[in-house]
Amino acid sequence: MTEPAVRVSGLRVRRGGRVVLHDISLDVPPAEVTGFIGPSGCGKSTLMRAIVGVQIVQSGTITVLGHPAGSAPLRTMIGYATQAPSVYADLTVTEALRYFAAVLRAPAGDVRRVIDEVGLADHATALVGELSGGQRTRASLAVALLGTPRLLVLDEPTVGLDPVLRDDLWALFRTLVDGGVTLLVSSHVMDEAARCDNLVLMRDGRILADAPPAALLAETGTPDLERAFLHLIRTTEVTL
Amino acid sequence: MNTAVTLATARRILTQLRHDHRTVALMIVLPSVLLILLRYMFNSELAFSRAAPALLGVFPFSIMFIVTSITTLRERTTTTLERLMTMPIGKLDLLLGYALAFGALAVVQVTVAMTVSLTWLGLDIAGSAVLLGVVAVLDALLGMALGLFASAFARTEFQAVQFMPAVVMPQVLLCGLFITRDAMTPVLRWVSDVLPLSYAVDALTQVTMSSTVDATLLRNLLVVGGCAVLALVLGAVTLPRRTP
Repeated sequence: MTEPAVRVSGLRVRRGGRVVLHDISLDVPPAEVTGFIGPSGCGKSTLMRAIVGVQIVQSGTITVLGHPAGSAPLRTMIGYATQAPSVYADLTVTEALRYFAAVLRAPAGDVRRVIDEVGLADHATALVGELSGGQRTRASLAVALLGTPRLLVLDEPTVGLDPVLRDDLWALFRTLVDGGVTLLVSSHVMDEAARCDNLVLMRDGRILADAPPAALLAETGTPDLERAFLHLIRTTEVTL
Repeated sequence: MNTAVTLATARRILTQLRHDHRTVALMIVLPSVLLILLRYMFNSELAFSRAAPALLGVFPFSIMFIVTSITTLRERTTTTLERLMTMPIGKLDLLLGYALAFGALAVVQVTVAMTVSLTWLGLDIAGSAVLLGVVAVLDALLGMALGLFASAFARTEFQAVQFMPAVVMPQVLLCGLFITRDAMTPVLRWVSDVLPLSYAVDALTQVTMSSTVDATLLRNLLVVGGCAVLALVLGAVTLPRRTP
């Protein structure tokens, strides 16, 4: 049995006096795509923030690639893209990426590579603030791809993207995973879920299910993931 | 600490500013415009020469305070800071990058303001102009460091903007610009003794009035520089990698 890329145990997070993650435990298998799926406000982003080590947590432990979450050795190993695109709006795409590449000590050619990977070659010299929402999301995603991350944590990476682009990005994600990268993505739409190897279904700060899509369908006896999710919500409410 | 990352940060901030012509123009021109206003308000070179040296420090100090506190707050609210905190960058690397970038801008700002004052406005100083410039830049750096530190306590732009009157104005009122510090009531005199801008204005006044570099001047410069370094270090300490 291979070591999980991320192991979360007994994680409890409170934000603004409200518990947003209730004693969550889960293992993320390496070199696969794991999707955190659930409605907005279910705790997906908080869980991701905890994994990359920027969230204050009340209790629990998180081990990422063999190190405690947030520890110094992880800082070149994780690529993280926040939900709101976090790139300097008053720089061009190339200038912004060049800065992050310098911080990550990534090789010089990386900026060009990631711009091509996210399909922004035509906008390389445009100011980030003048890009469309989808282009800005891709610029933010490009930052996460700099260097050689072994874990990518992408919060809603394909929201608002053209379906062709989205397909291209998923192809890129697959290539990365085939090369041994572990991918964590979050989404609130079910058609993204079907592309993941494992699904972590979340609601109200709790994990409802943690399984591959096919196993979820089989277990719930439902024809699609949307209904599987509904089925899980209803049965958990009954048992509560 | 990593020099390459610090330099990259400074370059990034200067590049951001380069795209914002209006901000750069305001930062460089504003102190000079205010000094010109002051000169013609007094309508006397003598009165101007008495007040101008202190303001040569106060204007860059205030402007740098506002600009840096807003810039860092923006870095926080646009989550670029959150992203940086997952990367191999030291908090001091980041703040020193800010210090370098705004320090370079302060040199330009002060040089322009001094050139205008010494030539056109007829400012008469006994000491060295270079030393006066160094003190003024040091004041700007102090304003910048305090701005970086203060922004840690601001959650919104509204709060950040109001830190300017809260942190800057009391120092301006008590620095000896309006009445000499010796003439203040003991309590206010003590308060003025612990505010760094008082030492900055004392140093500026001394450089203007005499050309001797004595222990008092060195002590004043050391206090101003020390406070700037202290504010930077406190800024780094209060910059959390993890947030609620």
